[in-house]
Amino acid sequence: MKLRLSQKAALHLLLAAGALTMVLPFLWMLSTSLKPESEIFTYPPVWLPSTWHLDNYRKAMASAAFGRYFVNTIIYASVVTFTNLLFCSMAAYAFARLRFRGRETLFLMVLGTMMIPAQVTMVPVFIMLKRCPLAGGNDLLGMGGHGLLNSYPGLILPAAVGAFGIFLLRQFFMSLPRELEDAARIDGCSEAGIYWRIILPLSKPALATLGIFTFTAAWNEFLWPLLITSKDSMRTLQLGLQVFQSQYTTSWDLLMAGTVVVTIPVLVLFLAGQRYFTRGIAMSGMKG
Amino acid sequence: MTARATGAAKREARTAWLFLTPGLALFFLFVLIPVLAALYLSFCRYDIIHRPVWIGLDNYARLGRDVSNHGVFYLSLRNTAQYAIGTIPVGMALALGLALLVNAGLRGVTLYRTTYYLPVVTSLVAVSMVWMWLYDPTYGLLNYGLELFSRALTVVARHRVVIPPQTWLADPGEAMPAIIAMSIWRGLGYNMVIYLAGLQGIPDHLYEAATIDGASRWQQFWAITWPLLKPTTAFILVISVIGASQVFAQVYVMTNGGPNNATTTIVHQIFQNAFSFLKMGYASAMAFVLFALIFLLSLITLRLTRGGEVEYV
Repeated sequence: MKLRLSQKAALHLLLAAGALTMVLPFLWMLSTSLKPESEIFTYPPVWLPSTWHLDNYRKAMASAAFGRYFVNTIIYASVVTFTNLLFCSMAAYAFARLRFRGRETLFLMVLGTMMIPAQVTMVPVFIMLKRCPLAGGNDLLGMGGHGLLNSYPGLILPAAVGAFGIFLLRQFFMSLPRELEDAARIDGCSEAGIYWRIILPLSKPALATLGIFTFTAAWNEFLWPLLITSKDSMRTLQLGLQVFQSQYTTSWDLLMAGTVVVTIPVLVLFLAGQRYFTRGIAMSGMKG
Repeated sequence: MTARATGAAKREARTAWLFLTPGLALFFLFVLIPVLAALYLSFCRYDIIHRPVWIGLDNYARLGRDVSNHGVFYLSLRNTAQYAIGTIPVGMALALGLALLVNAGLRGVTLYRTTYYLPVVTSLVAVSMVWMWLYDPTYGLLNYGLELFSRALTVVARHRVVIPPQTWLADPGEAMPAIIAMSIWRGLGYNMVIYLAGLQGIPDHLYEAATIDGASRWQQFWAITWPLLKPTTAFILVISVIGASQVFAQVYVMTNGGPNNATTTIVHQIFQNAFSFLKMGYASAMAFVLFALIFLLSLITLRLTRGGEVEYV
């Protein structure tokens, strides 16, 4: 469709206004995070601080165990990403390439778990982790201690594999040509070898997509860490933000500095891996 | 089949199960058993300290009484419905409009797509906190915007127009709309990118043919774009319905269900009953009501939007 110049200008104007609405809250967050307290509570509000008050960041980091939260979040998100890539790709390989009885039924069952809302399973999973035998001071019957609550395994295990990842990778594996594998099979390569040396290297784009999605989701996850961690030393960043809010007052300068710190890693990841994001959405959005 | 072939088939099946073991074991432990356990708990009174006590359908009966007496669970259902109705149609229409604009053959498509997608990758908690600051009754940017707007109106209308500052999240009538506005803003990019992918799948020659036949843009939209986007629309609708039924983080952070239960949602009630009041059986019954609700709504949505899958040749 050919557009006239005036039409183009009008479209750009509309889209730019929308784009501004999208970034405005982020700019306001950044602006607040750099203001001295006196300039936060002024009316009318000012956009640019008179002096750039980087001290807010130092204070925000110091006012809670933010370093610790950061480490916890990185461990949680990285391990969950790793286990998802490994376990999902293994299962996807079996579903895409190996023949066994009941394959289709099993695959449908795995897909079916996507229908179950996490809120149904969260109470029993919480109880199971708390009652895990011989962990966290528990006896053989799972009594007496706190089990896997406030622990990395407790955070990670329930999120270690996902039906969506299996689905995504299976679709991708099925689209790969079989010639290479057949040649390898004739040369006596084992199934594990084919999975590891042929399928995985060919699937880097799909693995990158799933990896970026999983990492972002884990980094941003709120409900599960909220349930499973009560000790300050095990909290993640998303929970850590709440230290700046008390019932009556909020230190907006420090809170906004904190949100900037929490937000920047995923924004950088998104900007760096953008094509994987859009591809992943297109893949999930198109044919189911 | 020769003995060797069956041996190979057996070996292949064994390998398959080996590859499936870690994933399936985790599903078994963290999905299958918990679903059955939750079903069992929904028929029990359970406070995590004492053993579960079987009480049959009492939890469900209590939920029924709560709904007929317009209690808190009823409010959470009502608020969740309000959230869904507030976010989904407006959010989808905006997303489609934006996707159409972005797809109109302009330069800078990637830049717009990136910008609109930014809120989607940001955590709900961080975004909720930023919006709480925007909604601040005294120093918030939103009330300042309202003041600027009323000043502009004053100039245009030539008499004084005053829009008083609002309390937003602290006002029972405004809190849910405020959460809805934020959620539309955050979800827009996601729906837009899916619509864009759908639009890019429609072959150009259809529009070219329509243009030759003298169809206007408006006619082309209703005759080509809208029907061919039907599967995309159905997908977004189902995803949105499921997502809206489970709204929680923004409510928990921005209002914690208040003021006066005006924003409490189903998942917020499940969370509160299970982990604040330790009524784990009652909470499990709520979770199953939610499950049934999501299941039914997805089925209805899929049924309503069925058909219209098109293969391009």
